[in-house]
Amino acid sequence: MATVSVCQYQPRGFSFENCKRNALLEADSTKFGFNAPAARKTGTTICGIVFKDGVVLGADTRATEGMVVADKNCSKIHYISPNIYCCGAGTAADTEMTTQIISSNLELHSLTTSRLPRVATANRMLKQMLFRYQGYIGAALVLGGVDCTGPHLYSIYPHGSTDKLPYVTMGSGSLAAMAVFEDRFKPDMEEEEAKSLVRDAIAAGIFNDLGSGSNIDLCVITKGKVDYLRPHDVANNKGVRTGSYRYKRGTTGVLTKTVTPLNLEVVEESIQTMDTS
Amino acid sequence: MQGSISDHGTSKGLKMGTTIIAIEFDGGVVLGSDSRVSAGASVVNRVMNKLSPLHDKIYCALSGSAADAQTIAEIVNYQLDVHSVEVGEDPLVRSAATLVKNISYKYKEELSAHLIVGGWDKKEGGQVFATLNGLITRQPFAVGGSGSSYIYGFVDAEYRRRMTRQECQEFVIN
Repeated sequence: MATVSVCQYQPRGFSFENCKRNALLEADSTKFGFNAPAARKTGTTICGIVFKDGVVLGADTRATEGMVVADKNCSKIHYISPNIYCCGAGTAADTEMTTQIISSNLELHSLTTSRLPRVATANRMLKQMLFRYQGYIGAALVLGGVDCTGPHLYSIYPHGSTDKLPYVTMGSGSLAAMAVFEDRFKPDMEEEEAKSLVRDAIAAGIFNDLGSGSNIDLCVITKGKVDYLRPHDVANNKGVRTGSYRYKRGTTGVLTKTVTPLNLEVVEESIQTMDTS
Repeated sequence: MQGSISDHGTSKGLKMGTTIIAIEFDGGVVLGSDSRVSAGASVVNRVMNKLSPLHDKIYCALSGSAADAQTIAEIVNYQLDVHSVEVGEDPLVRSAATLVKNISYKYKEELSAHLIVGGWDKKEGGQVFATLNGLITRQPFAVGGSGSSYIYGFVDAEYRRRMTRQECQEFVIN
């Protein structure tokens, strides 16, 4: 019952302090001629299934801002703990921050209890936080992992309700993906079969939903091992240009040429190696 | 459908358009429900278990907003556990129903969920309590959820007092 949370101070309810400021800014912004930035939503297909030895999570990689693709290859499968991963649909910032907050709280919890965290704990923390914000945090999550009690898969909705199921889909492409699952899911599948089923479900979402696209990421979690396959499948290849559009040297005529040498003295030279691990 | 979460004000997330029913018989209660959860026009979960445990021998049936109902059930489950440790024995169904009623009444404006509490205790046997909007009444049977209006007719015609357990189960299934 004791919650060890560092990152979240718990004021009552949702703080509306900035709304007045935002309204004023928005009214003024038209004078200066710029629009307030729109929240970037992910318009997504995410899904997960439980197979014989663990859980497979899948996601597409397109992030949209209105009708424009903002990020062609964004990562929607977030780390929560070594044995638990979470896919996020909805507002990109909300899913990112929510999963990071819960991930650090869960690490503190796991250090306090000296045990690997359970998926049910992560589920409880996420749903209580989302319920507290009454749906204003637009994060729809598919949470999956393997703990000492076995593999578990939960879907968590922005208002704070959760479902524990053997296969779940979320996001704008969820109907297409669910159609594939309802057709071909069997309990206790082998790993390769499960991976190919998830890949097909995400591909269905990608090809039949405008909000999803690009590549397919998979995350296979089993007892003691996590395979983060990014990208697992490049579903959309960027086309190869058939002609060369480069201009030859000399296309633009040169009228004059002036060279100004800048005399710089080397005063001090120091080398710092960057940690590129 | 969680693709667009742009209309916070209007949509209330997942709703459990539901039919739930609870009947008491001599020696216990029978609770029944359907299993569909919908978001707008699409079905999100077709196997949701809407009968959630509050204690070993006390269950409640959920209807209304999925998030609200699940949260109320979990809070009351916790409070009942504490209460039963404090009194040292199994809690009364009336206590469980009172806890649910307290939450429903206090947050009447913000929550939109209806829970029917049913269970067995040694003092009064099987009991069913309805806790709609913060009231608490003990009834021989209770129906709830958006689908309940369609079965009022059947229930009024077919219910008889003092049915056996078998008859109650058939009644609920029908």
